Amino acid sequence: MTTATASDVSGRSFVDRLKGYSPPSQVLPVLATFALLVGMFGVGSIRYEGFASPQVVLNLFVDNAFLIVLAVGMTFVILTGGIDLSVGSVVALSTMIAASTLRAGWPPTMAVLAVLVTGTTLGLAMGLVIHYFEVQPFIATLAGMFLARGLCYLISVESIPIKDETFQSLSAASITLPGELYVTPTVLISLLVVAIAAWVLHMTRFGRTVYAVGGSESSAMLMGLAVARVKVGVYAISGFCSSLGGLLFALYMLSGYSLHAVGMELDAIAAVVIGGTLLTGGYGLVIGSLLGVLVLGTIQTFISFDGTLSSWWTKISIGVLLLVFVVLQRFFTRREVS
Amino acid sequence: MRDLTRHRLFWPVLALVLLLAVNAIATPTFLQVRMQDGHLYGSLVDIARNGAPVLLVALGMTLVIATRGIDLSVGAIAAIAGAVACVHIAGSPDPASAGTAITAITLALAVCILLGLWNGFLVSVLGIQPIIATLVLMTAGRGLAMLVTGGQITTVNNAFFKALGAGYFLTLPIAILVSLAVLAITGLITRRTALGMLVEAVGINPEASRLAGVRSRTIIWTVYVFSAFCAGLAGLMIAANTSAADANNAGLWIELDAILAVVIGGTSLAGGRFSLMGTLVAALFIQTLSTTIPTIGIPSETNYLFKAVVVIAVCLLQSPKARAAVWRRSNRSSLVKAGRA
Repeated sequence: MTTATASDVSGRSFVDRLKGYSPPSQVLPVLATFALLVGMFGVGSIRYEGFASPQVVLNLFVDNAFLIVLAVGMTFVILTGGIDLSVGSVVALSTMIAASTLRAGWPPTMAVLAVLVTGTTLGLAMGLVIHYFEVQPFIATLAGMFLARGLCYLISVESIPIKDETFQSLSAASITLPGELYVTPTVLISLLVVAIAAWVLHMTRFGRTVYAVGGSESSAMLMGLAVARVKVGVYAISGFCSSLGGLLFALYMLSGYSLHAVGMELDAIAAVVIGGTLLTGGYGLVIGSLLGVLVLGTIQTFISFDGTLSSWWTKISIGVLLLVFVVLQRFFTRREVS
Repeated sequence: MRDLTRHRLFWPVLALVLLLAVNAIATPTFLQVRMQDGHLYGSLVDIARNGAPVLLVALGMTLVIATRGIDLSVGAIAAIAGAVACVHIAGSPDPASAGTAITAITLALAVCILLGLWNGFLVSVLGIQPIIATLVLMTAGRGLAMLVTGGQITTVNNAFFKALGAGYFLTLPIAILVSLAVLAITGLITRRTALGMLVEAVGINPEASRLAGVRSRTIIWTVYVFSAFCAGLAGLMIAANTSAADANNAGLWIELDAILAVVIGGTSLAGGRFSLMGTLVAALFIQTLSTTIPTIGIPSETNYLFKAVVVIAVCLLQSPKARAAVWRRSNRSSLVKAGRA
């Protein structure tokens, strides 16, 4: 059988091989998302004047920097076959902690540190409960979601404005690019997070174990991989990303409020799915999640450019896109199995 | 005594009784039920009436979870049901008549059954994970509800429709009677026929039950339709109670309360085992909890915190690993860390 395959390969001409070329299957869904994004932009630039300007593209990053960071954390969790419903609440809690500690006169670095430590600890605790007590990720993070919202209300029921000078100047800061374009520092932070996440997933032992656990947890265990460390670790990473996303959100809104980011976990999950990550785990790229967030952002831009479409079309179109990608995933995996 | 503590309803009932006792101590008038204008009044009646929508949604959710599924879209379906009914009543030529109310309710429930068929199709025919299949409708559903109402809060003035949420029949609120009736019918159908057992069989192993001759696909499809029907009825109650359809806030987070009720009631999230009475007790427990918190002087917004504590406690109680860890520690027989098995 081996020899037959070998002679098959050697017998094919260069043209045959070129015809038979297909990109690595890992990249295929990401390419589909990218094609969708380009297609949406194409349609937008034909229909609306000024849609295709580079600043519109950059604004996608500016307005969704926090969501990019959230989606990166969610990608880690979904790659292991889990899910994290607490991210939206952790964002709200982060804005609350930042706003209240700054109001109490803490230096900004301490406030940032407090937010990041709280988010990571919360994620770590959920990971420990999920792995060691074998509670379903869905229900454990649901408890985390309630806990974080409850803590928000415990801090304050009212919205707290952020008046700290460092935060205000960071929020107003912009980095000018050639050609009268600009981005905000938050964009750089979010892209840095994407780069680090891609590096961790593809160049480190931890990252490879994440894919292995998602592929088959028991196989990973039998191979002697550090399953416990990875399963707890991804929730800690997601908690860290949520709190960092919360900080970016606080910079975007300049306030802390218990009702910030209601339902943002759904946006993050949708972005990851649209980005081609398989919900059963083990398959997906972090760059896909970035593209997924950009697709969601483009839908928003579409609706604001159009003017006649009402805001609820955002939700409906996100739902439809989610459906299309989930169904595609389903047929894709079914074909591979059979 | 040992048999009593082992009964699956023991812990939920104990929790409910303790919570009621706390209330009775904090406010001595809590347990009083008085007659006024031919209606029953009192905190207990209020708890039962306000808990009716959660109970209904939780009933549907119980069967879905018993098949090892989950339905996240119930809140959105509740909002759609309220929106469809209110828009129909507001747009009809005779907005105050009983006939309009009945057609509105029928129309809304029909829409909900269609949505349930959709969820069931995604889960049972296409084989998509339930949490994701219903997430689609959860995301898009509120958008659809807003599409129906045109983004506005539609108010109606129809006494017959309002009765569903705020009316009384034979001294009792109609909302309670409707949800108890649904509970009774569900109990009869699942426990007096083989249907309940088949649902549990599908939850334990869909493939094995299919090979054993159980129509798994039809059963899974049916529970999603039933869940959507219950959610729609709950949505109608919420809309009727305020005589308005609020697409954004009607039934917001009711799915989480319902899942909480199902889990507290002793239905396993891993499927294959369900308890309708447990769900009833747990739904009342959750409603009592939300009522208790402001009564004993804690801001009502913190009830999420209490719910989180309850979820964690219940999950740890249900988790075999956690039980084993506690048991081992009390026996001091080994130093094996929990979860290293």
